[in-house]
Amino acid sequence: MEITLTHYLVLSSILFAIGLIGVMRRKNLLMLFFATEILLNATNVAFAAISHYIGDLSGQMFAFFIIAVAASEVAIGLGLLIVWYKRTGKIDLDQMNSMRG
Amino acid sequence: MFEAIAFYLFAALTIVMFTITVMTSQALYAITAMAAGMIFISAFFFILGADFLGAIQIIVYTGAVMALYAFGMMFFDTTRDVVEKRTNPQIVFVLGVLAAIMVVAIFVAPVVSNNIQALYPIQENIGNSQAVGMVLFTKYLVPFELAAVMLLVAMIGGIVLAGKKMDKSLTLMNEEDILSMDDGFEPQEGGH
Repeated sequence: MEITLTHYLVLSSILFAIGLIGVMRRKNLLMLFFATEILLNATNVAFAAISHYIGDLSGQMFAFFIIAVAASEVAIGLGLLIVWYKRTGKIDLDQMNSMRG
Repeated sequence: MFEAIAFYLFAALTIVMFTITVMTSQALYAITAMAAGMIFISAFFFILGADFLGAIQIIVYTGAVMALYAFGMMFFDTTRDVVEKRTNPQIVFVLGVLAAIMVVAIFVAPVVSNNIQALYPIQENIGNSQAVGMVLFTKYLVPFELAAVMLLVAMIGGIVLAGKKMDKSLTLMNEEDILSMDDGFEPQEGGH
């Protein structure tokens, strides 16, 4: 029973679907950040798997940079969320409608 | 054989943990399930021979990112439930499946086309960390430095955004001073 690249890509797509469902379902902004982390991790799994099965290190490099982007995104996102919470006292996505979009 | 067992075990565990993260209404369950899921993800990296990536995954995600989220959860009033209006679940499901298929197509397309060749082949005689270091500091040196600058910008941005009104220590003041400085620190009711 050999684990092939397809197994990993299927797993990655399942994780990505879970993250997307989370993004569309959540209204709490903190939970929305959790779902975006799941999305980024799903792509990381795919990158590492392709890197292993092709025998190339570039996939792992991209995974490193994705991790760096995720860390920056968390820092900036939480900072903005704290500012928004101080102004309004809410972290509900539906009440973030001051632009009447 | 053992690789298959490990793959299926960790795949099931990861999917269950991330499903809990997405579906639960308790923020504490969500954050603990996501921390566990991140560690299980790192198991895939170890199976795939990307040892350094697995270690980085554990350190960054379950160390730094989870600590930041725990800080955020302490700051926000997570005991109060945010009402999650149900959008149409069928639309959500169909869109999620479509996007997942699209992602698989994106990743499979270069593999199927068969004209991909390894630019930085994995060498057998050196370890993963050494190989990663050699590629990272030669070919990917400029993106590496840019990522460092980006992390510095994110750090300063986070401090500037979250650090307002943090020059006063709430633990070293008495009650009247805390109550008198409440305006602006406490969330106002009903928008801004």
